[in-house]
Amino acid sequence: MSILINKHTRVITQGITGKTGQFHTQACLEYGNGRHCFVAGVNPLKGGQSMAGVPIFGTVKEAKAETGATVSVIYVPPPFAAAAIDEAVDAELDLVICITEGIPVRDMIRTRHRMQGRKTVLLGPNCPGLITPGEIKIGIMPGHIHQRGRIGVVSRSGTLTYEAASQLASFGIGQSTVVGIGGDPVGGLRHIDVLKMFNDDPRTDAVIMVGEIGGDAEEQCARWVRDHMTKPVIGFIAGASAPPGKRMGHAGAIVSGGRGTAQEKLAVMKECGIHVTRNPADMGKLLASLVIPDYLPFD
Amino acid sequence: MVDRNSQRVALMASSEGGMDIEEVAARTPEKIHKLFINPDTGLGIAEADGMARRIGITERSVVQARVLMQNLYKAFDGSDASLAEINPLVLTRDNRVIALDAKFDFDANALFRQPEIAAMRDTDEEDPVEVEASKFDLSYIALDGDIGCLVNGAGLAMATMDVIKLYGGAPANFLDVGGGATPEKVTEAFKLMLRNPKLKAVLVNIFGGIMKCDVIAHGVVAAARETGLKVPLIVRMKGTNEDLGRTILAQSGLSIINTDDMAEAAQRAIGAASNWERQR
Repeated sequence: MSILINKHTRVITQGITGKTGQFHTQACLEYGNGRHCFVAGVNPLKGGQSMAGVPIFGTVKEAKAETGATVSVIYVPPPFAAAAIDEAVDAELDLVICITEGIPVRDMIRTRHRMQGRKTVLLGPNCPGLITPGEIKIGIMPGHIHQRGRIGVVSRSGTLTYEAASQLASFGIGQSTVVGIGGDPVGGLRHIDVLKMFNDDPRTDAVIMVGEIGGDAEEQCARWVRDHMTKPVIGFIAGASAPPGKRMGHAGAIVSGGRGTAQEKLAVMKECGIHVTRNPADMGKLLASLVIPDYLPFD
Repeated sequence: MVDRNSQRVALMASSEGGMDIEEVAARTPEKIHKLFINPDTGLGIAEADGMARRIGITERSVVQARVLMQNLYKAFDGSDASLAEINPLVLTRDNRVIALDAKFDFDANALFRQPEIAAMRDTDEEDPVEVEASKFDLSYIALDGDIGCLVNGAGLAMATMDVIKLYGGAPANFLDVGGGATPEKVTEAFKLMLRNPKLKAVLVNIFGGIMKCDVIAHGVVAAARETGLKVPLIVRMKGTNEDLGRTILAQSGLSIINTDDMAEAAQRAIGAASNWERQR
């Protein structure tokens, strides 16, 4: 059990019939309690059919009514993904996770505006999803590199979460929940939102925070950590060597007008009491050095 | 421009035209005015008039400035721009408001629905390797150094460049082969990197999740053979089927430096690159 999702969560998959949706739904069904969690798919034209034993409905509202699902994951292609988020919001789901990369920013601005005052929380877009090891994985991450434990991980980059999880494994340290918040400039949960949840989670003892160039979300999060966080946080920021003005893969990973550099972020994080490293190979080691005295390898 | 914090389009204006906006922001931040535009209602009359007055447009020209700003927002919105800048905006002696120069950046994610904008792309103005890379759905950015990087995942790719620099080396490029790194894509990626005459080593850093390490390993071996790769090749591979992947590399007959740890891979790549230099 940790934050946002656990083995009792029931999930709708929007875009379940596409190649990506099919592949990842299959993998999620086979992980942890997946068979009991992935209860519905949505495709407007294929209601009444099923995929890998998961019933397909024509709309999110219908899927929710029939299964009691409260969470949705979206694999819908970019031109239609924002509308898929809108549909999940209108169906009053608790959480919608948008994996899709490449959604026009204009669409996300409108979707986020529309979400104001509504109860649905968004994770992503352009994110790998999230996993509570041993219980449930929602998204595209490789389940087997994670293990159950008490460290929270929150990151804009999917591959760096796999890196962090794998480094922790070499110290025998597992994760409570690993959350990929995504690489786009406009989206849902930010570092600060997830850190707040980890702070309140009795099953999380420390957090690894991975950021990257672009924007100032990490700095805002750092100031909150300084004032409110009761658990150790370690941080790494990718892109210290990136040239200014260039989009480094992720739509949001860009230093514009001299702002949003890794150096700036690391400086603020350090000032705020976050234990930072400039070496991505040291995330696990740094975290271990903070928790291992309290950690028994046979715990 | 898009403001990440408010998650809205922001109109930013200043009376200090003709100057670099970052300098103005640094020296006299009070001279920069910002307002956030509601996507449902657009840029309103009162908002635009207020902005015009704040930056010093005289009363008889306020309406012109208003119309200009509203039209600029409509152009921004309608073209899926990420930046629409008029600098400088000029108020003539006979009270006309004129845009003297302008610059637009466009959201690459929206080009699929902006064919007229997409048609304006002039690939002659871009790095030819970057243009070629985009044809194969590879994310490639040329840099100054001599250690080529091939990675799956933008964050890991940035981190790979960072760790090379941290140990005193110089990355030659950013290259993200993406989630579906097929052997064909890996080969294309190698070919692109090899067009760089400065290249002295290649570092492959792959975290195999969905993409299995043995598949990547086959891709790397095929690519190295097909391109006749001569510079040192350092491979760091983790994740699904990593042991099998390593075996394939070891048995390939190619000279490949294999390591588990990202930091070690970077250090060995740097060492190999400087040895390569000495041998030539």
